[in-house]
Amino acid sequence: MIREPHINTALFLLLPVTAGVAWLLDEPFIITLTTKVAILALAGVGLNIALGLGGLVSLGHAAFFGIGGYAMGILASHAQSYVPLMEVPFLIEGTKSMPVIWLVAVIAGGLAALAIGALSLRTSGVYFIMITLAFGQMLYYFAISWPAYGGEDGLSIYVRNGFPGLNTLDPVQFFGLAFAALAFVLFLAGRLAAAPFGLALCAARQNAERVETVGLSPYRLRLLAFVISGAITALAGALFADLNRFVSPTMLSWQMSGEIMIFVILGGVGRLYGPVAGAALFILLEHILGGLSDFWHIYLGLLLLLVVLFARGGMIGSLVRRELAHD
Amino acid sequence: MSFLTLEGIEAYYGPSQALFGVDLALGEGEVCALMGRNGMGKSSTIKVICRLLDHARGSLRFDGQDLASLPPHKAARAGLGLVPEGRRCFPNLSVYENLIAAARPGPWDFARVSDLFPRLAERRDQSAASLSGGEQQMLSLGRALMTNPRLLLLDEATEGLAPVVRQEIWAAVRRLKSETGMALLVVDKSLAELRQVADQCVILERGTTVWSGPMAEVTSTVADQYLGV
Repeated sequence: MIREPHINTALFLLLPVTAGVAWLLDEPFIITLTTKVAILALAGVGLNIALGLGGLVSLGHAAFFGIGGYAMGILASHAQSYVPLMEVPFLIEGTKSMPVIWLVAVIAGGLAALAIGALSLRTSGVYFIMITLAFGQMLYYFAISWPAYGGEDGLSIYVRNGFPGLNTLDPVQFFGLAFAALAFVLFLAGRLAAAPFGLALCAARQNAERVETVGLSPYRLRLLAFVISGAITALAGALFADLNRFVSPTMLSWQMSGEIMIFVILGGVGRLYGPVAGAALFILLEHILGGLSDFWHIYLGLLLLLVVLFARGGMIGSLVRRELAHD
Repeated sequence: MSFLTLEGIEAYYGPSQALFGVDLALGEGEVCALMGRNGMGKSSTIKVICRLLDHARGSLRFDGQDLASLPPHKAARAGLGLVPEGRRCFPNLSVYENLIAAARPGPWDFARVSDLFPRLAERRDQSAASLSGGEQQMLSLGRALMTNPRLLLLDEATEGLAPVVRQEIWAAVRRLKSETGMALLVVDKSLAELRQVADQCVILERGTTVWSGPMAEVTSTVADQYLGV
Protein backbone atom coordinates (compact mmCIF):
# COMPACT_ATOMS: atom_id res chain seq x y z
CA MET A 1 0.00 0.00 0.00
CA ILE A 2 1.23 3.49 -0.85
CA ARG A 3 1.83 5.70 2.16
CA GLU A 4 0.62 9.26 2.21
CA PRO A 5 4.05 10.86 2.90
CA HIS A 6 5.38 9.17 -0.26
CA ILE A 7 2.51 10.61 -2.31
CA ASN A 8 3.12 14.00 -0.74
CA THR A 9 6.81 13.88 -1.62
CA ALA A 10 5.96 12.88 -5.20
CA LEU A 11 3.43 15.72 -5.48
CA PHE A 12 5.88 18.20 -4.00
CA LEU A 13 8.55 17.19 -6.53
CA LEU A 14 6.11 16.97 -9.44
CA LEU A 15 5.90 20.72 -9.96
CA PRO A 16 9.61 21.69 -9.96
CA VAL A 17 10.50 18.58 -11.99
CA THR A 18 7.84 19.46 -14.59
CA ALA A 19 8.99 23.08 -14.71
CA GLY A 20 12.64 21.96 -14.89
CA VAL A 21 12.00 19.54 -17.75
CA ALA A 22 9.94 22.18 -19.59
CA TRP A 23 12.80 24.65 -19.12
CA LEU A 24 15.29 22.15 -20.56
CA LEU A 25 12.97 21.52 -23.52
CA ASP A 26 12.38 25.27 -23.89
CA GLU A 27 8.63 25.02 -23.34
CA PRO A 28 7.70 28.24 -21.51
CA PHE A 29 3.97 27.50 -21.88
CA ILE A 30 4.35 24.34 -19.79
CA ILE A 31 6.26 26.32 -17.17
CA THR A 32 3.42 28.85 -17.06
CA LEU A 33 0.87 26.04 -16.69
CA THR A 34 2.94 24.57 -13.83
CA THR A 35 3.08 28.02 -12.22
CA LYS A 36 -0.70 28.21 -12.51
CA VAL A 37 -0.98 24.84 -10.76
CA ALA A 38 1.28 26.06 -7.93
CA ILE A 39 -0.76 29.25 -7.48
CA LEU A 40 -4.16 27.55 -7.60
CA ALA A 41 -2.86 24.87 -5.23
CA LEU A 42 -1.84 27.69 -2.90
CA ALA A 43 -5.43 29.01 -2.98
CA GLY A 44 -6.63 25.46 -2.33
CA VAL A 45 -4.29 25.06 0.66
CA GLY A 46 -5.81 28.26 2.01
CA LEU A 47 -9.36 26.99 1.61
CA ASN A 48 -8.37 23.60 2.99
CA ILE A 49 -7.52 25.16 6.36
CA ALA A 50 -11.12 26.36 6.69
CA LEU A 51 -12.79 23.45 4.91
CA GLY A 52 -10.59 20.49 5.77
CA LEU A 53 -9.60 21.34 9.32
CA GLY A 54 -12.54 23.47 10.38
CA GLY A 55 -15.32 21.92 8.31
CA LEU A 56 -16.28 25.39 7.05
CA VAL A 57 -17.83 25.07 3.61
CA SER A 58 -17.15 28.55 2.28
CA LEU A 59 -18.56 29.46 -1.11
CA GLY A 60 -17.08 32.93 -0.83
CA HIS A 61 -13.36 32.25 -0.91
CA ALA A 62 -13.08 33.88 -4.33
CA ALA A 63 -13.63 37.13 -2.42
CA PHE A 64 -10.20 36.71 -0.81
CA PHE A 65 -8.65 35.47 -4.06
CA GLY A 66 -10.01 38.56 -5.81
CA ILE A 67 -8.96 40.89 -2.99
CA GLY A 68 -5.39 39.61 -3.42
CA GLY A 69 -5.72 40.10 -7.16
CA TYR A 70 -7.05 43.63 -6.83
CA ALA A 71 -4.39 44.48 -4.21
CA MET A 72 -1.82 43.65 -6.87
CA GLY A 73 -3.78 45.36 -9.66
CA ILE A 74 -4.44 48.58 -7.79
CA LEU A 75 -0.92 49.01 -6.41
CA ALA A 76 0.73 48.11 -9.72
CA SER A 77 -1.59 50.30 -11.82
CA HIS A 78 -0.82 53.33 -9.64
CA ALA A 79 2.88 52.63 -9.90
CA GLN A 80 2.48 52.24 -13.64
CA SER A 81 0.69 55.59 -14.03
CA TYR A 82 2.79 57.41 -11.38
CA VAL A 83 -0.45 58.58 -9.75
CA PRO A 84 -0.47 58.16 -5.97
CA LEU A 85 -3.11 55.93 -4.45
CA MET A 86 -3.96 58.73 -2.02
CA GLU A 87 -2.41 61.99 -0.92
CA VAL A 88 -4.59 63.03 2.00
CA PRO A 89 -4.18 62.54 4.95
CA PHE A 90 -0.89 60.93 3.95
CA LEU A 91 0.76 59.97 0.72
CA ILE A 92 0.41 56.37 -0.45
CA GLU A 93 1.99 55.53 -3.75
CA GLY A 94 1.61 52.45 -5.89
CA THR A 95 4.33 49.84 -5.99
CA LYS A 96 5.69 47.22 -8.33
CA SER A 97 7.48 45.35 -5.57
CA MET A 98 6.07 41.84 -5.14
CA PRO A 99 6.97 41.49 -1.43
CA VAL A 100 5.09 44.71 -0.63
CA ILE A 101 2.13 43.66 -2.79
CA TRP A 102 2.04 40.23 -1.13
CA LEU A 103 2.09 41.82 2.31
CA VAL A 104 -0.76 44.16 1.40
CA ALA A 105 -2.71 41.26 -0.17
CA VAL A 106 -2.26 39.07 2.92
CA ILE A 107 -3.31 41.87 5.28
CA ALA A 108 -6.29 42.88 3.12
CA GLY A 109 -7.38 39.25 2.69
CA GLY A 110 -7.00 38.59 6.41
CA LEU A 111 -8.98 41.68 7.38
CA ALA A 112 -11.74 40.87 4.89
CA ALA A 113 -11.87 37.31 6.25
CA LEU A 114 -12.06 38.71 9.77
CA ALA A 115 -15.04 40.89 8.88
CA ILE A 116 -16.82 38.24 6.79
CA GLY A 117 -15.99 35.43 9.23
CA ALA A 118 -17.08 37.41 12.30
CA LEU A 119 -20.58 37.62 10.85
CA SER A 120 -20.77 34.35 8.89
CA LEU A 121 -19.50 32.14 11.70
CA ARG A 122 -22.47 33.06 13.83
CA THR A 123 -24.36 30.74 11.50
CA SER A 124 -23.62 27.18 10.45
CA GLY A 125 -24.46 24.61 7.80
CA VAL A 126 -26.35 25.83 4.77
CA TYR A 127 -26.71 29.33 6.24
CA PHE A 128 -22.94 29.65 6.48
CA ILE A 129 -22.60 28.54 2.86
CA MET A 130 -25.18 31.08 1.73
CA ILE A 131 -23.82 33.99 3.74
CA THR A 132 -20.25 33.45 2.47
CA LEU A 133 -21.66 33.21 -1.05
CA ALA A 134 -23.55 36.45 -0.50
CA PHE A 135 -20.44 38.29 0.72
CA GLY A 136 -18.47 36.97 -2.26
CA GLN A 137 -21.11 38.13 -4.70
CA MET A 138 -21.32 41.52 -3.00
CA LEU A 139 -17.63 42.08 -3.66
CA TYR A 140 -18.00 40.72 -7.19
CA TYR A 141 -20.70 43.26 -8.07
CA PHE A 142 -18.76 45.99 -6.30
CA ALA A 143 -15.74 45.27 -8.55
CA ILE A 144 -17.97 45.26 -11.64
CA SER A 145 -19.29 48.69 -10.75
CA TRP A 146 -15.91 50.19 -9.87
CA PRO A 147 -14.85 52.07 -13.02
CA ALA A 148 -11.67 53.47 -11.46
CA TYR A 149 -10.15 49.99 -11.68
CA GLY A 150 -11.61 48.75 -14.93
CA GLY A 151 -15.09 47.76 -13.81
CA GLU A 152 -16.34 44.73 -15.70
CA ASP A 153 -13.39 44.84 -18.14
CA GLY A 154 -10.80 44.39 -15.43
CA LEU A 155 -7.39 45.91 -15.10
CA SER A 156 -4.30 45.12 -17.17
CA ILE A 157 -0.77 45.50 -15.87
CA TYR A 158 1.76 45.82 -18.63
CA VAL A 159 4.92 44.73 -16.87
CA ARG A 160 5.12 41.99 -14.26
CA ASN A 161 5.97 43.23 -10.79
CA GLY A 162 9.50 42.81 -9.54
CA PHE A 163 11.16 40.73 -6.86
CA PRO A 164 14.62 41.71 -5.59
CA GLY A 165 17.35 39.71 -7.33
CA LEU A 166 15.02 37.94 -9.76
CA ASN A 167 13.86 38.50 -13.31
CA THR A 168 10.17 37.81 -12.81
CA LEU A 169 9.50 37.98 -16.54
CA ASP A 170 11.49 34.78 -16.89
CA PRO A 171 8.81 32.03 -16.57
CA VAL A 172 11.06 29.68 -14.64
CA GLN A 173 12.07 32.35 -12.12
CA PHE A 174 8.45 33.36 -11.60
CA PHE A 175 7.59 29.69 -11.17
CA GLY A 176 10.32 29.52 -8.52
CA LEU A 177 8.64 32.34 -6.62
CA ALA A 178 5.18 30.78 -6.81
CA PHE A 179 6.54 27.39 -5.80
CA ALA A 180 8.48 28.88 -2.88
CA ALA A 181 5.27 30.53 -1.67
CA LEU A 182 3.42 27.21 -2.01
CA ALA A 183 6.17 25.29 -0.19
CA PHE A 184 6.20 27.84 2.65
CA VAL A 185 2.42 27.74 3.03
CA LEU A 186 2.37 23.92 2.88
CA PHE A 187 4.96 23.86 5.66
CA LEU A 188 2.90 26.35 7.65
CA ALA A 189 -0.36 24.45 7.08
CA GLY A 190 1.30 21.18 8.10
CA ARG A 191 2.57 22.71 11.33
CA LEU A 192 -0.80 24.30 11.96
CA ALA A 193 -2.67 21.00 11.56
CA ALA A 194 -0.40 19.26 14.06
CA ALA A 195 -0.39 22.13 16.56
CA PRO A 196 -2.90 22.27 19.43
CA PHE A 197 -4.77 24.96 17.49
CA GLY A 198 -5.27 22.70 14.45
CA LEU A 199 -6.21 19.74 16.65
CA ALA A 200 -8.72 21.84 18.57
CA LEU A 201 -10.14 23.08 15.28
CA CYS A 202 -10.60 19.48 14.14
CA ALA A 203 -12.13 18.63 17.49
CA ALA A 204 -14.55 21.57 17.18
CA ARG A 205 -15.64 20.22 13.82
CA GLN A 206 -16.38 16.85 15.44
CA ASN A 207 -18.15 18.23 18.49
CA ALA A 208 -18.26 21.91 19.36
CA GLU A 209 -19.86 21.42 22.77
CA ARG A 210 -17.11 19.08 23.92
CA VAL A 211 -14.52 21.63 22.87
CA GLU A 212 -16.27 24.27 24.94
CA THR A 213 -16.09 22.08 28.02
CA VAL A 214 -12.31 22.00 27.78
CA GLY A 215 -12.13 25.78 27.75
CA LEU A 216 -11.91 26.57 24.05
CA SER A 217 -14.28 28.74 22.06
CA PRO A 218 -15.22 27.03 18.76
CA TYR A 219 -16.19 30.43 17.34
CA ARG A 220 -12.76 31.92 17.97
CA LEU A 221 -10.98 28.82 16.68
CA ARG A 222 -13.02 28.93 13.48
CA LEU A 223 -12.62 32.66 13.06
CA LEU A 224 -8.84 32.44 13.36
CA ALA A 225 -8.79 29.56 10.87
CA PHE A 226 -10.99 31.57 8.50
CA VAL A 227 -8.66 34.58 8.74
CA ILE A 228 -5.54 32.48 8.07
CA SER A 229 -7.38 30.78 5.21
CA GLY A 230 -8.47 34.12 3.71
CA ALA A 231 -4.98 35.60 3.98
CA ILE A 232 -3.38 32.62 2.18
CA THR A 233 -6.05 32.69 -0.54
CA ALA A 234 -5.41 36.41 -1.03
CA LEU A 235 -1.69 35.73 -1.46
CA ALA A 236 -2.59 33.22 -4.16
CA GLY A 237 -4.82 35.86 -5.76
CA ALA A 238 -1.96 38.38 -5.90
CA LEU A 239 0.30 35.80 -7.55
CA PHE A 240 -2.44 34.74 -9.97
CA ALA A 241 -3.01 38.34 -11.05
CA ASP A 242 0.74 38.76 -11.52
CA LEU A 243 0.91 35.57 -13.57
CA ASN A 244 -1.77 36.86 -15.95
CA ARG A 245 -0.80 40.54 -15.52
CA PHE A 246 -4.53 41.06 -15.39
CA VAL A 247 -7.20 41.22 -12.73
CA SER A 248 -10.93 41.22 -13.29
CA PRO A 249 -14.15 40.65 -11.31
CA THR A 250 -14.07 37.01 -12.51
CA MET A 251 -11.51 36.38 -9.79
CA LEU A 252 -14.22 37.29 -7.26
CA SER A 253 -17.02 35.25 -8.80
CA TRP A 254 -18.74 32.30 -7.15
CA GLN A 255 -17.51 30.10 -10.01
CA MET A 256 -13.96 30.82 -8.83
CA SER A 257 -14.96 29.83 -5.27
CA GLY A 258 -16.38 26.62 -6.71
CA GLU A 259 -13.20 25.91 -8.64
CA ILE A 260 -11.01 26.32 -5.57
CA MET A 261 -13.32 23.97 -3.71
CA ILE A 262 -13.11 21.47 -6.57
CA PHE A 263 -9.28 21.37 -6.24
CA VAL A 264 -9.65 20.54 -2.58
CA ILE A 265 -12.36 17.89 -3.08
CA LEU A 266 -10.59 16.22 -6.01
CA GLY A 267 -7.31 15.99 -4.13
CA GLY A 268 -8.76 15.14 -0.74
CA VAL A 269 -10.46 17.40 1.80
CA GLY A 270 -8.29 17.92 4.86
CA ARG A 271 -5.23 16.33 3.28
CA LEU A 272 -2.25 18.63 3.23
CA TYR A 273 -1.34 17.92 -0.39
CA GLY A 274 -4.93 17.42 -1.55
CA PRO A 275 -5.13 20.87 -3.19
CA VAL A 276 -1.83 20.27 -5.01
CA ALA A 277 -3.14 17.02 -6.49
CA GLY A 278 -6.52 18.60 -7.24
CA ALA A 279 -5.12 21.72 -8.92
CA ALA A 280 -2.69 19.64 -10.99
CA LEU A 281 -5.49 17.35 -12.17
CA PHE A 282 -7.79 20.29 -12.87
CA ILE A 283 -5.23 22.11 -15.02
CA LEU A 284 -4.30 18.87 -16.77
CA LEU A 285 -7.95 18.20 -17.61
CA GLU A 286 -8.50 21.79 -18.65
CA HIS A 287 -5.49 21.60 -20.94
CA ILE A 288 -6.13 18.16 -22.45
CA LEU A 289 -9.94 17.96 -22.50
CA GLY A 290 -10.28 21.69 -23.17
CA GLY A 291 -8.38 21.12 -26.39
CA LEU A 292 -10.79 18.38 -27.43
CA SER A 293 -14.09 19.95 -26.51
CA ASP A 294 -15.52 23.24 -25.31
CA PHE A 295 -17.72 21.23 -22.97
CA TRP A 296 -14.89 19.69 -20.98
CA HIS A 297 -16.54 20.80 -17.73
CA ILE A 298 -19.06 17.97 -18.25
CA TYR A 299 -16.23 15.46 -17.85
CA LEU A 300 -14.90 17.36 -14.88
CA GLY A 301 -18.37 17.22 -13.31
CA LEU A 302 -18.52 13.50 -13.91
CA LEU A 303 -15.12 13.02 -12.29
CA LEU A 304 -16.17 15.13 -9.32
CA LEU A 305 -19.30 13.04 -8.97
CA LEU A 306 -17.26 9.83 -8.95
CA VAL A 307 -14.82 11.22 -6.39
CA VAL A 308 -17.61 12.38 -4.08
CA LEU A 309 -19.50 9.07 -4.41
CA PHE A 310 -16.67 6.55 -4.37
CA ALA A 311 -13.49 8.25 -3.16
CA ARG A 312 -14.43 10.52 -0.32
CA GLY A 313 -10.79 10.97 0.65
CA GLY A 314 -10.19 12.35 -2.84
CA MET A 315 -7.38 11.17 -5.09
CA ILE A 316 -4.92 10.88 -2.23
CA GLY A 317 -7.46 9.14 -0.03
CA SER A 318 -8.20 6.51 -2.65
CA LEU A 319 -4.49 5.89 -3.18
CA VAL A 320 -3.70 5.40 0.48
CA ARG A 321 -7.05 3.66 1.04
CA ARG A 322 -7.70 4.86 4.51
CA GLU A 323 -9.83 7.53 6.02
CA LEU A 324 -8.01 10.62 7.08
CA ALA A 325 -7.34 10.66 10.78
CA HIS A 326 -8.92 14.05 10.99
CA ASP A 327 -12.02 13.25 8.90
CA MET B 1 -17.09 30.11 52.09
CA SER B 2 -17.67 27.23 49.69
CA PHE B 3 -15.60 26.69 46.59
CA LEU B 4 -18.67 25.76 44.53
CA THR B 5 -22.13 26.86 45.59
CA LEU B 6 -25.47 26.13 43.98
CA GLU B 7 -28.52 27.68 45.60
CA GLY B 8 -32.05 27.04 44.45
CA ILE B 9 -31.05 26.14 40.91
CA GLU B 10 -33.96 25.69 38.52
CA ALA B 11 -33.43 24.74 34.89
CA TYR B 12 -35.47 23.78 31.86
CA TYR B 13 -35.09 21.86 28.62
CA GLY B 14 -37.39 23.92 26.46
CA PRO B 15 -40.73 23.96 28.28
CA SER B 16 -39.85 20.95 30.49
CA GLN B 17 -38.47 21.74 33.90
CA ALA B 18 -35.61 19.45 34.88
CA LEU B 19 -34.30 21.06 38.05
CA PHE B 20 -36.65 22.44 40.68
CA GLY B 21 -34.25 23.65 43.34
CA VAL B 22 -30.80 22.16 43.58
CA ASP B 23 -28.62 23.22 46.50
CA LEU B 24 -25.03 22.10 46.73
CA ALA B 25 -21.95 23.37 48.52
CA LEU B 26 -18.46 22.01 47.95
CA GLY B 27 -15.35 23.15 49.82
CA GLU B 28 -11.88 23.48 48.28
CA GLY B 29 -10.18 20.10 48.06
CA GLU B 30 -13.36 18.28 49.02
CA VAL B 31 -14.88 15.35 47.20
CA CYS B 32 -18.65 15.43 46.88
CA ALA B 33 -20.82 12.59 45.65
CA LEU B 34 -23.89 13.67 43.69
CA MET B 35 -26.37 10.84 43.88
CA GLY B 36 -29.92 10.00 42.96
CA ARG B 37 -31.93 7.54 40.92
CA ASN B 38 -32.01 7.75 37.13
CA GLY B 39 -33.62 10.90 35.75
CA MET B 40 -33.44 12.84 39.02
CA GLY B 41 -31.33 15.67 37.59
CA LYS B 42 -27.72 14.71 38.31
CA SER B 43 -26.45 15.20 34.75
CA SER B 44 -28.57 18.31 34.34
CA THR B 45 -26.94 19.73 37.46
CA ILE B 46 -23.49 18.99 35.99
CA LYS B 47 -24.56 20.70 32.76
CA VAL B 48 -25.73 23.76 34.68
CA ILE B 49 -22.40 23.96 36.54
CA CYS B 50 -20.48 23.74 33.24
CA ARG B 51 -22.84 26.30 31.67
CA LEU B 52 -24.01 23.84 29.04
CA LEU B 53 -27.53 24.36 30.35
CA ASP B 54 -28.77 27.79 31.42
CA HIS B 55 -30.45 27.96 34.78
CA ALA B 56 -33.62 29.99 35.00
CA ARG B 57 -33.42 30.76 38.70
CA GLY B 58 -30.96 30.36 41.53
CA SER B 59 -27.36 31.22 42.15
CA LEU B 60 -24.25 29.48 40.80
CA ARG B 61 -20.88 30.55 42.16
CA PHE B 62 -17.43 29.06 41.75
CA ASP B 63 -14.51 30.36 43.78
CA GLY B 64 -16.45 33.53 44.52
CA GLN B 65 -17.24 34.14 40.85
CA ASP B 66 -20.77 34.19 39.50
CA LEU B 67 -20.80 31.72 36.62
CA ALA B 68 -24.26 32.67 35.39
CA SER B 69 -23.10 35.04 32.68
CA LEU B 70 -20.16 32.97 31.44
CA PRO B 71 -20.20 30.90 28.24
CA PRO B 72 -19.11 27.26 28.70
CA HIS B 73 -15.54 27.80 27.54
CA LYS B 74 -15.02 30.63 30.00
CA ALA B 75 -16.47 28.55 32.82
CA ALA B 76 -13.97 25.82 31.91
CA ARG B 77 -11.17 28.38 31.88
CA ALA B 78 -12.25 29.51 35.34
CA GLY B 79 -11.13 26.06 36.51
CA LEU B 80 -13.89 23.56 35.80
CA GLY B 81 -12.92 20.26 34.21
CA LEU B 82 -15.64 17.94 32.94
CA VAL B 83 -15.47 14.23 32.32
CA PRO B 84 -18.76 13.88 30.46
CA GLU B 85 -21.16 11.00 30.48
CA GLY B 86 -20.55 8.45 27.74
CA ARG B 87 -16.76 8.67 27.25
CA ARG B 88 -16.86 11.54 24.84
CA CYS B 89 -13.41 11.76 23.32
CA PHE B 90 -12.62 13.25 19.93
CA PRO B 91 -12.79 9.93 18.09
CA ASN B 92 -10.72 10.80 15.06
CA LEU B 93 -7.81 12.33 16.89
CA SER B 94 -5.08 10.15 18.37
CA VAL B 95 -4.72 9.70 22.12
CA TYR B 96 -1.89 12.22 22.26
CA GLU B 97 -3.76 14.71 20.06
CA ASN B 98 -6.86 14.41 22.26
CA LEU B 99 -4.73 15.28 25.25
CA ILE B 100 -2.74 18.19 23.85
CA ALA B 101 -5.59 19.81 21.89
CA ALA B 102 -6.93 21.45 25.02
CA ALA B 103 -3.90 21.43 27.30
CA ARG B 104 -3.34 24.46 29.48
CA PRO B 105 -0.24 25.25 31.53
CA GLY B 106 -0.10 23.68 34.98
CA PRO B 107 1.06 20.61 36.84
CA TRP B 108 -0.88 18.21 34.61
CA ASP B 109 0.93 17.38 31.40
CA PHE B 110 1.19 14.33 29.16
CA ALA B 111 3.85 12.70 31.38
CA ARG B 112 1.73 13.05 34.50
CA VAL B 113 -1.42 11.79 32.79
CA SER B 114 0.62 8.86 31.45
CA ASP B 115 1.77 8.13 34.99
CA LEU B 116 -1.87 8.03 36.13
CA PHE B 117 -2.96 5.95 33.12
CA PRO B 118 0.06 4.11 31.66
CA ARG B 119 -2.23 2.56 29.05
CA LEU B 120 -2.69 5.95 27.42
CA ALA B 121 1.05 6.28 26.92
CA GLU B 122 1.10 2.80 25.34
CA ARG B 123 -1.67 3.84 22.95
CA ARG B 124 -0.28 7.34 22.37
CA ASP B 125 -0.55 7.34 18.57
CA GLN B 126 -3.66 5.20 18.31
CA SER B 127 -6.92 6.81 17.21
CA ALA B 128 -9.28 7.41 20.14
CA ALA B 129 -12.06 5.62 18.27
CA SER B 130 -10.03 2.41 18.32
CA LEU B 131 -9.70 2.37 22.12
CA SER B 132 -11.76 0.16 24.41
CA GLY B 133 -14.51 1.78 26.45
CA GLY B 134 -12.34 1.84 29.55
CA GLU B 135 -9.41 3.37 27.71
CA GLN B 136 -11.70 6.00 26.24
CA GLN B 137 -12.86 6.84 29.73
CA MET B 138 -9.26 7.15 30.89
CA LEU B 139 -8.62 9.41 27.92
CA SER B 140 -11.65 11.51 28.74
CA LEU B 141 -10.42 11.87 32.33
CA GLY B 142 -6.88 12.58 31.14
CA ARG B 143 -8.13 15.23 28.72
CA ALA B 144 -10.00 16.99 31.51
CA LEU B 145 -6.88 16.88 33.71
CA MET B 146 -4.75 18.36 30.91
CA THR B 147 -6.82 21.54 31.24
CA ASN B 148 -5.47 21.75 34.81
CA PRO B 149 -8.83 22.23 36.50
CA ARG B 150 -9.37 23.20 40.12
CA LEU B 151 -12.66 21.34 40.25
CA LEU B 152 -13.16 18.13 38.33
CA LEU B 153 -16.68 16.97 37.55
CA LEU B 154 -17.08 13.28 36.78
CA ASP B 155 -20.44 12.38 35.28
CA GLU B 156 -21.03 8.61 35.48
CA ALA B 157 -17.37 7.98 34.77
CA THR B 158 -17.58 4.24 35.42
CA GLU B 159 -20.92 3.51 33.80
CA GLY B 160 -20.97 0.54 31.45
CA LEU B 161 -17.37 -0.45 32.14
CA ALA B 162 -16.03 -3.89 33.03
CA PRO B 163 -15.42 -4.33 36.80
CA VAL B 164 -11.64 -4.45 36.36
CA VAL B 165 -11.63 -1.19 34.41
CA ARG B 166 -13.96 0.42 36.93
CA GLN B 167 -11.46 -0.42 39.63
CA GLU B 168 -8.74 1.33 37.62
CA ILE B 169 -10.86 4.44 37.26
CA TRP B 170 -11.71 4.46 40.97
CA ALA B 171 -8.04 3.94 41.84
CA ALA B 172 -7.22 6.99 39.71
CA VAL B 173 -9.93 9.03 41.46
CA ARG B 174 -8.52 8.01 44.85
CA ARG B 175 -5.05 9.05 43.69
CA LEU B 176 -6.38 12.39 42.55
CA LYS B 177 -7.87 12.94 45.97
CA SER B 178 -4.83 11.88 47.95
CA GLU B 179 -2.08 13.34 45.76
CA THR B 180 -3.54 16.54 44.38
CA GLY B 181 -6.15 17.86 46.76
CA MET B 182 -8.26 18.72 43.74
CA ALA B 183 -11.95 19.28 44.44
CA LEU B 184 -14.12 16.59 42.85
CA LEU B 185 -17.82 16.36 42.18
CA VAL B 186 -18.60 12.76 41.35
CA VAL B 187 -21.84 11.45 39.90
CA ASP B 188 -22.00 7.69 40.20
CA LYS B 189 -24.29 4.91 41.31
CA SER B 190 -21.69 2.89 43.20
CA LEU B 191 -22.32 3.74 46.83
CA ALA B 192 -19.54 1.44 48.01
CA GLU B 193 -16.91 3.16 45.91
CA LEU B 194 -18.20 6.62 46.69
CA ARG B 195 -17.98 5.88 50.41
CA GLN B 196 -14.23 5.41 49.94
CA VAL B 197 -13.56 8.73 48.23
CA ALA B 198 -16.31 11.21 49.01
CA ASP B 199 -16.35 13.59 51.98
CA GLN B 200 -19.82 14.97 51.28
CA CYS B 201 -22.92 13.67 49.61
CA VAL B 202 -25.83 15.41 47.93
CA ILE B 203 -28.88 13.40 46.91
CA LEU B 204 -31.32 14.61 44.30
CA GLU B 205 -34.87 13.54 43.80
CA ARG B 206 -37.04 14.92 41.01
CA GLY B 207 -34.63 17.76 40.38
CA THR B 208 -34.46 18.87 44.01
CA THR B 209 -31.85 18.41 46.70
CA VAL B 210 -33.50 16.14 49.25
CA TRP B 211 -30.51 15.20 51.36
CA SER B 212 -27.04 16.57 51.92
CA GLY B 213 -24.41 15.90 54.52
CA PRO B 214 -21.20 14.04 55.25
CA MET B 215 -20.76 10.83 53.28
CA ALA B 216 -20.33 8.93 56.51
CA GLU B 217 -23.91 9.81 57.40
CA VAL B 218 -25.36 8.17 54.31
CA THR B 219 -26.81 5.31 56.26
CA SER B 220 -28.62 2.34 54.82
CA THR B 221 -31.87 4.06 55.75
CA VAL B 222 -30.96 7.12 53.66
CA ALA B 223 -29.77 4.92 50.82
CA ASP B 224 -32.98 2.87 50.97
CA GLN B 225 -35.16 5.94 51.03
CA TYR B 226 -33.56 7.94 48.22
CA LEU B 227 -31.42 5.62 46.20
CA GLY B 228 -33.33 2.37 46.33
CA VAL B 229 -30.25 0.33 47.27
